[in-house]
Amino acid sequence: MLSRKLSTVLSRISAITAVLMLLLNGWSDRVEAADIQAFVGARLMPVSGPVIENGTLVVRNGKIEQIGATDQVVLPPGTEVVNAEGKTIIPGLICTHSHIGWGGGGDSSEPIQPECWTRDSVDVRSASFMRARAGGLTLVNQMPGSGHLISGRTTYLKLREGNTVDDLLVLDDTGWPMGGLKMANGTNSQRSAPFPGTRAKSASLVRQAYVKAQEYRNKIAKAEGDAEKMPERDLRMEALVEALEGKRIVHHHTHRHDDILTVLRLRDEFGFEVVLHHVSDAWKVADEIAAAGADCSIIVVDSPGGKLEARDIRLENGAVLEKAGVNVAFHTDDWITDSRLFLRSAALGVRAGMTSEGALRALTLSGAEMLGLEDQTGSLDVGKDADFAILSGDPFSIYTQILETWVEGAQVFDRSNPDHLLYAVGGRGAGDDSAYHCCGEEGGH
Amino acid sequence: MLRNMMIPGVTLVLLFMISMTSVTGGLNESQQAENTIAIYGDKIYTMAKSEDGSWSGVIKDGVVLIKDGKVVQVGLAGDIEIPEGSIIKKAAVVTPGLIDARSVVGLAGWLNIDHDSDHIERSSPIQPELEALDAYNTREPLIDWVRSFGVTTLHTGHAPGQLISGQTFIVKTRGNTVDDAVVKRKAMVACTLGSDALRSGKESPGTRSKQMAMLRQEFIKAQAHMDKQEKAEGDEEKEPPARNLRMEALISILKKEMPLMISAHAAVDIQNVLRLQKELDISVVLQGGAECYDFVEPLKKQGIPVIIHPTMMRSSGVGKNASMETSAKLIAAGVQIAMGSGYESYVPKTRVVLWEAAIACAYGCSFEDALGMITLSAAELLGVDDRIGSIEVGKDGDVALYDGDPFEYTTHCVGTVIEGQVVSEAVR
Repeated sequence: MLSRKLSTVLSRISAITAVLMLLLNGWSDRVEAADIQAFVGARLMPVSGPVIENGTLVVRNGKIEQIGATDQVVLPPGTEVVNAEGKTIIPGLICTHSHIGWGGGGDSSEPIQPECWTRDSVDVRSASFMRARAGGLTLVNQMPGSGHLISGRTTYLKLREGNTVDDLLVLDDTGWPMGGLKMANGTNSQRSAPFPGTRAKSASLVRQAYVKAQEYRNKIAKAEGDAEKMPERDLRMEALVEALEGKRIVHHHTHRHDDILTVLRLRDEFGFEVVLHHVSDAWKVADEIAAAGADCSIIVVDSPGGKLEARDIRLENGAVLEKAGVNVAFHTDDWITDSRLFLRSAALGVRAGMTSEGALRALTLSGAEMLGLEDQTGSLDVGKDADFAILSGDPFSIYTQILETWVEGAQVFDRSNPDHLLYAVGGRGAGDDSAYHCCGEEGGH
Repeated sequence: MLRNMMIPGVTLVLLFMISMTSVTGGLNESQQAENTIAIYGDKIYTMAKSEDGSWSGVIKDGVVLIKDGKVVQVGLAGDIEIPEGSIIKKAAVVTPGLIDARSVVGLAGWLNIDHDSDHIERSSPIQPELEALDAYNTREPLIDWVRSFGVTTLHTGHAPGQLISGQTFIVKTRGNTVDDAVVKRKAMVACTLGSDALRSGKESPGTRSKQMAMLRQEFIKAQAHMDKQEKAEGDEEKEPPARNLRMEALISILKKEMPLMISAHAAVDIQNVLRLQKELDISVVLQGGAECYDFVEPLKKQGIPVIIHPTMMRSSGVGKNASMETSAKLIAAGVQIAMGSGYESYVPKTRVVLWEAAIACAYGCSFEDALGMITLSAAELLGVDDRIGSIEVGKDGDVALYDGDPFEYTTHCVGTVIEGQVVSEAVR
């Protein structure tokens, strides 16, 4: 439903970029790395299957080619062998709700602005991107804020080394950058007019917007391709129509128990696909959420409150939802919590009763599912992107260090590199936006 | 008949009285036993120091005996006789009750609305006369929250955010009224340098230079006030100056009765802290200190203790260059240090010092140095180590209980005891 013209132009640009990148990659590959790498002797936690105590992970051209017990994996000729004995390898962490790079959406003019897009505002050179890589993250859903009912389109970003935001995009089959739609209810999106002042007004404004989008979609359907009969292009409507058609998952900020149910009601009225985000009161309505089959992306914060809606937030949310049968992911909401300590969020979930298996899934595969990218990433499976983190020990021990992060077979964080360590630990210069992506004689990381 | 009846009657009464006495006696005994609590630990970190100043180590299979609120014995379980009727608690690990060396809990409420936000007064940038005691809400839910993670003492009060925002005090995390809970009514005066205390528009201070100029001017006024007071003391013909609470608070800093606790993070502001301490010759405590790793030597040389920022301080704004290894660096250099949860304006409304020290431990501090920052070292820095901070005979019976390594993500705090009373049994 996006303009075919615009789509065509963009996909052409993407195609050209892709060819250029292939050329460049091909070039550097020949200089830097073998095509095939095997991480041998590690404790592999694939998430999609049982832990392999002494395992080998084979990566070729950015994809996982083999995974199994070390004595059963046959290494192809020319494989570069990396000794990973004593280390633990987990899928790259996926943050379903992040503000790294500070990408904003709508402005203060009105409450519904789905035409805005974080792709146009995120700064991928921000130090927060390096911190995220240091935290083992390989994929984020870069979100606009929650100060609007609909604040804009989100952008799914692979944390590849990149010079521009385009280098980090996740493209769909047509070459179009993938992302969701950010919505919010409750008090964050309530302000003076033209913003809503009450919850009922919030819901009614959203309803009205989607009704309008349905009509827009119907007009397009009726036009049957006749350019004369097509409605005028409307970016706002186009984003909402994508949500109505399931092409854009709604990522919905919501805290209070009744607000959560309002989201589910609107979902049922209009048929969009939704992930509930934050969900402070989830423990009060876990059965209702389970019955509705809705996924929850939750946050872990160190104390309740700070805002009225988070008054009753509990560390037990993950455990309660898991027990109720809800698909749960964690998120950082970075800068609310620090991407470098994303493992900690899930570990505190375990502390409050979640299973370790469920908690690790909630950092990886469940997140991929909530972004519609589970066929591509989220677990250590043959054919998936080689997105993983190498740890010094158990993922949920405070004493474990994240040693390396790999995205699509390329190392993007290496704790033994002092330039990278600075971002992992902090210190003078750690807050400066990315010298790291600089080029030149001393660049080429 | 009557007389005959009387005798057994009197006997019954007498018997009853005797039995009452013995029952009462029994009650007294058991009450005494109820005032006694024995806490067994597979490991007890007393956080006492050896004569050479090193940590005295861990007691394996130990017990702490607390009577009437004070520690009366601590040692190997086999060596200590536990009075019959004592309350018995057991845990894998026992530590002293934790101390949050810089908090705003009790003044900055969890709801974060006007109703429960008493941590900052914006009517004037310099108000050292404000007492924390007058604003502390003993029923604040965040007190219960941190207490369930072993915190038994808070150094809390007015928040960073004004040049001088008010006083702080030291309080136990229990009590029906603030008077029940207070340990030290006047602890420090809270000052903030740098962008956190700049005011906008035509209000001062709008720059760092103005902040320093205003502080200098205010202390000059206080010095003059003090001089007048002193002159009048020895001379009956001279009238003492009119009492002025603001001046009195500043005079107590000039007299080194209270330290000036300065919140500063950026390098430029920490340099101003160092300069101000020299100029005024006062006791200064640096609080926060995101970039203080560049000033370790001068801090040590000038004897300025540091209440370091929470290890998980956000890497943005004044904390953009914060390091998770700063505590380890300061300790290695011999700078006196404690850890505080600091001030959070949004979510989370308070941090938990147990978790902050834990991350410091994962980033270079030894286990005991990290634990020390929230127990004995904190008590020393706050000047209350005669009463709290370690499990030693004669000190308050404040302890925290855990089901494993207190710093590990997936273990729990399973109990908190203040002066012998179990105040939390939540498993967190």
